[in-house]
Amino acid sequence: MTDALLSVRDLRVQFRTRRGPVTALDGVDYDVYAGRTLAVVGESGSGKSVTARAIMGLLPRRTSTVTGGRIMLGGRDLLSMSKSARQAVRGERIAMVFQDALSALNPVLPVGFQISEGARKRRHLDRRAARQLAVDLMDQVGIPAAKARVGAFPHEFSGGMRQRVLIAMALAQDPEILIADEPTTALDVTIQAQILRLLTDLQAQRQMGLVLITHDMGVVANTADEIAVMYCGRIVEQGSCGAIFESPAHPYTQALLDSIPRPELRGTLLPAIPGSPPDPAHRPSGCSFRTRCPRAFAACVDEPPVVRWLEDPRVGQPPPAAEPVPAAGQRLSACHLCVRAEPNGAGTAGGGAIGGGAR
Amino acid sequence: MVRYVVRRLVYMVPVLLGTTFLIFLAVYALPGDPVQAIAGPGQAVAPAVRAAIVAKYHLDDPLLQQYLAYMGRLLTGDFGTDLNGKSVGALIAASWPVTVKLGLTAWVLGGLLGVLLGTLAGIRSGGFLDTSVLAGTTLVLGVPYFVTAYVAKYVFAVKLGWLPPSGVSDGWPLSYVLPAVCLAIFLVPEIARLTRASVLGNLQSDYVDTAIAKGLGRRTIVVRHVLRNSLLPVVSVLGLSLGYLISGSVLIEGIFNMPGLGFAVFRGIAQHNGATVVGIGTLLILVFLLLNLLVDLLYGILDPRIRLV
Repeated sequence: MTDALLSVRDLRVQFRTRRGPVTALDGVDYDVYAGRTLAVVGESGSGKSVTARAIMGLLPRRTSTVTGGRIMLGGRDLLSMSKSARQAVRGERIAMVFQDALSALNPVLPVGFQISEGARKRRHLDRRAARQLAVDLMDQVGIPAAKARVGAFPHEFSGGMRQRVLIAMALAQDPEILIADEPTTALDVTIQAQILRLLTDLQAQRQMGLVLITHDMGVVANTADEIAVMYCGRIVEQGSCGAIFESPAHPYTQALLDSIPRPELRGTLLPAIPGSPPDPAHRPSGCSFRTRCPRAFAACVDEPPVVRWLEDPRVGQPPPAAEPVPAAGQRLSACHLCVRAEPNGAGTAGGGAIGGGAR
Repeated sequence: MVRYVVRRLVYMVPVLLGTTFLIFLAVYALPGDPVQAIAGPGQAVAPAVRAAIVAKYHLDDPLLQQYLAYMGRLLTGDFGTDLNGKSVGALIAASWPVTVKLGLTAWVLGGLLGVLLGTLAGIRSGGFLDTSVLAGTTLVLGVPYFVTAYVAKYVFAVKLGWLPPSGVSDGWPLSYVLPAVCLAIFLVPEIARLTRASVLGNLQSDYVDTAIAKGLGRRTIVVRHVLRNSLLPVVSVLGLSLGYLISGSVLIEGIFNMPGLGFAVFRGIAQHNGATVVGIGTLLILVFLLLNLLVDLLYGILDPRIRLV
């Protein structure tokens, strides 16, 4: 296994609200590898975007604080870097594609200018070189007549084309890691598939680490190498795409998979997860999913579940604190059931709880 | 674009006709007797003289007829003569430069200061500067025009002797600094507050996150991305305020004894000089309309989403 490009470790974020501090991230761990796609899935409010924004340094400074954890990039912790060192990472090493391309583009500047703007400054490109770079990138992301449209403004493009502009912009400085935050949510279904294909193609060509944030399990199936399922500010299950789709270990993951429309379900009501995610300010005791979990039992109320290995040889054991993220072929899950399923399950083994306690 | 401009110019005709008629009506309705005003208060006017003056200036003609005759002459560039027999055109030509210099100086000063203060207050909202700008602009808005002007004149011209207290004999910029500053002070609060709100709103837009994510520095983001968008509403207010500054300089020109258009209108009203008031009024309306058009054209350039057709 090669080393991860980016490692998020025990990341904790709090938001200050009028009702007091609210925990948005409660110990998130994930790794991003070169040439691989990590899909981060979960409902709105689960902390997918907050994690991404924390990595980019885009959390609102006035209302949020990173209360713990590390974000390691090439052996250095982004969170303890100076402002200027952090700025040098953005765009150049980690780039981001946003959800709503219309509002994410500056309405009064030509798209070509916006695409090459970051590279122009960093690589000291002159006007012509910058323009050429923009045209090349627009070609690469499949914008027709790039040469003619490089001077056009965002409002002159369709939604799908705007998303391509945003992707071109993110690629401008050859980043090692690309974070795509629900890049297809604002698009038509037909366009969604095109944009996803584009992202995965580019990822493969450039051997980037891609973090694909989505709430659509269907999107994940064809694109992801690894999956991290988030719920209420924590990762509840993590592992390879194939393994998770084959045998989801966490009831939440199972419920998410059950709610993907399938041909054989035609005519029946699509299963949905009852209720809505808990208010992060009033988390349930124990496991935060227990209020909606069809298989909740007594222990779920009392004890927050611990993250555990699922595959041999360490079935049911809490992962060592040093490497809480699964290597290829390994899985992690945070659910009491995952322990009980084992014949010699030791009940609630303590220690190494990276999920932390619910308060 | 050209078609748009032509259409807008054509639209100006009815507006100009309507507004000039209103001014004409207002002057016509002024209380008092123009003949008496010529002769001077308390002077007896012989009936024959009165009849001659009335005949000369068509004072007994119906209002509409007077108006049409006036507009007809205006079309040939003739602003008419006032009741003292002086050409209004010559009066305008003499006083116009003073007002334009005063108005433009005040406009540039007020606009720059307003945008600067508003931007700084916006990017550090809640900070010391923001609070100071809010307090300062409230203070300025609370003190009447003429108080500020008289105090400034007393302190800087009379006491300290830095600048001439009145008249325009020292030319631009010396004679214009003090009155222009006094005029500009009333532009600053509006522009500063509008800019602040606009900057604050734009700082929270998604495109700012995109710019940060690209690795741009804060200054680049504020100047190139935020300010460019924030100034759109400011431009429209700035454009119109130039019109207000030019037409609203009556009081300042009076206080500083500057022979500008405002001063001339003021005297015209006092002396029942209808031709002066209507002539200058028409000119100011024209300036206002043209500025309005200019602002709209500028908007089309600054905001690519707006297409003028």
